[in-house]
Amino acid sequence: MMYQIRDLHLSLPDMTRKPLLGPAPRINILNGLSFDVPQGAVLGIVGGSGSGKSTLGRAMLRLLEPTSGSITFDGIDITHQREAELRSMRRRFQMIFQDPMSSLNPRRRVGGIIAGPLKLHGFDNPRARVDEALDMVGLPRSFASRYPHELSGGQRQRVGIARAIALRPDFILADEIVSGLDVSSQAQVLNLLEELVRELGLTLAFISHDLSVIRRLCSRIVVLHQGKIVEEAETAALFDAPQAEYTRELMRAIPLPDPDQVWI
Amino acid sequence: MSGYLNIRNLSVSLRGGGPILRSVTLDVAAGQVHGLVGESGAGKSMIGKAVLGTLPRALQITAGEIWLDGQDLLKLSPGQRRHRIGATTALIPQDPLTALNPSRRIGPQITRRLVDILGWTKAAAEARALELLAEVDIPDPRRVMRTYPHELSGGMRQRILIASAFAAEPKLIIADEPTTALDVTVQKQILRLIAEMQARHGTALLFVTHDLGVVSKVCDSLSVLYAGKIVENARMRRFFMHPIHPYSAALLAATPTYTNPQGSLMPVPESVIETVEQEVTAHDRRWGRR
Repeated sequence: MMYQIRDLHLSLPDMTRKPLLGPAPRINILNGLSFDVPQGAVLGIVGGSGSGKSTLGRAMLRLLEPTSGSITFDGIDITHQREAELRSMRRRFQMIFQDPMSSLNPRRRVGGIIAGPLKLHGFDNPRARVDEALDMVGLPRSFASRYPHELSGGQRQRVGIARAIALRPDFILADEIVSGLDVSSQAQVLNLLEELVRELGLTLAFISHDLSVIRRLCSRIVVLHQGKIVEEAETAALFDAPQAEYTRELMRAIPLPDPDQVWI
Repeated sequence: MSGYLNIRNLSVSLRGGGPILRSVTLDVAAGQVHGLVGESGAGKSMIGKAVLGTLPRALQITAGEIWLDGQDLLKLSPGQRRHRIGATTALIPQDPLTALNPSRRIGPQITRRLVDILGWTKAAAEARALELLAEVDIPDPRRVMRTYPHELSGGMRQRILIASAFAAEPKLIIADEPTTALDVTVQKQILRLIAEMQARHGTALLFVTHDLGVVSKVCDSLSVLYAGKIVENARMRRFFMHPIHPYSAALLAATPTYTNPQGSLMPVPESVIETVEQEVTAHDRRWGRR
């Protein structure tokens, strides 16, 4: 099992309601989540804005520390590990971010951006690994000397993917990585991701609010609403017979490119 | 020429540079919704900006006509044009957070345009604002008028901008990706609201979006753009049943649909890109880089 998550709770201080003196009141973002991510699975995490899906992702990568419950990554309990202990693990779980413009340093070239984490984790021969990563995401090697602003949205997102896979991780979290892209680049990036998961034997968690994208890519789906799992099912089962009212509401809200869909 | 907005052979280019819009021709009738679709950078927002006279300084209109209610805007003096646009058109912007001034209360942001530009009295403008906030289903409009933008959710802010756009009874509204920043359930409410308001007020609506799903729900007709050139003008239903241009068909095939997981998400094929690129080159050869 890649991930085992048990009764996960996470609360954060609500700084908008912090009194002048004393601590801010805490808001509960995640309210007792339990689920597993098997090795090699592609898990979809869906929900509306504010449902806690990004917070869940950040907790899984231990960018946030859970308040209670447990997160086990490949048999190791990482729930409350300190940063020094986590450091050596971090190579194994990587993240691809939503907005490639703000997650790529505008002052560094693509080659430097991909090589950064490689050097940090002490990989030998980073140059060759950068070239290899660019090959895998279908970008020309010459892109290593370009700056992020010279690339299109789809190309930038490929750089984000290259940076993650260059470290040869076991697990990748992709947080809304195609929501800012055009349909055509969206299709390209999703097809690429699908291919990489297969070739590199990755385990992937894919956060999105778009059930159409999730259906295409994921084998299993967790639906979040107000920090709770309202439904968890195999993809086909979920779409054939959604159990939770919230899942049905999400599905009904999607405008399909079909003038005959009953929608309004 | 029938219709409220008629754009004829509109070309826009970078000052001293290449073309951004290439001989764009389209019509929007009163009470109709016309969609503008295309990938980012195709120039769909630029058409709206050209109509509203808010093109970035680096761009200029090099040819064409923009007829608004039987009057070519480009033949008017800048002052006349501004007045005419201000009195008859409005914009629903993409990002409801940046479109509202964070340091002013909601009320004055809606009424200011009515008072300063259209010369309404303050009391009349306030009454109108309250009426419209109620019309866009904002609970307790009196309280909301006194709040600041950060106190409201994204959906609420977008409702306020919709109310604000309809406040002066414009004849034409340009909606520039109004729901891109919202999640699907909120998007549905907002689109429904825009459609209801548009039908009730009989406004002509130019709807910029990259989402063909949204087009199929709100538009009566649409134009597909590639590199600033219209590749297809179509009635909505005909477009989805039978797209004529290969690029239109490819865009449809790239759109993900949860009902047909295997048959969607095909990237636009190279051969189709070549076809449209050739058409763009042919256009530039014929008309020059004007």
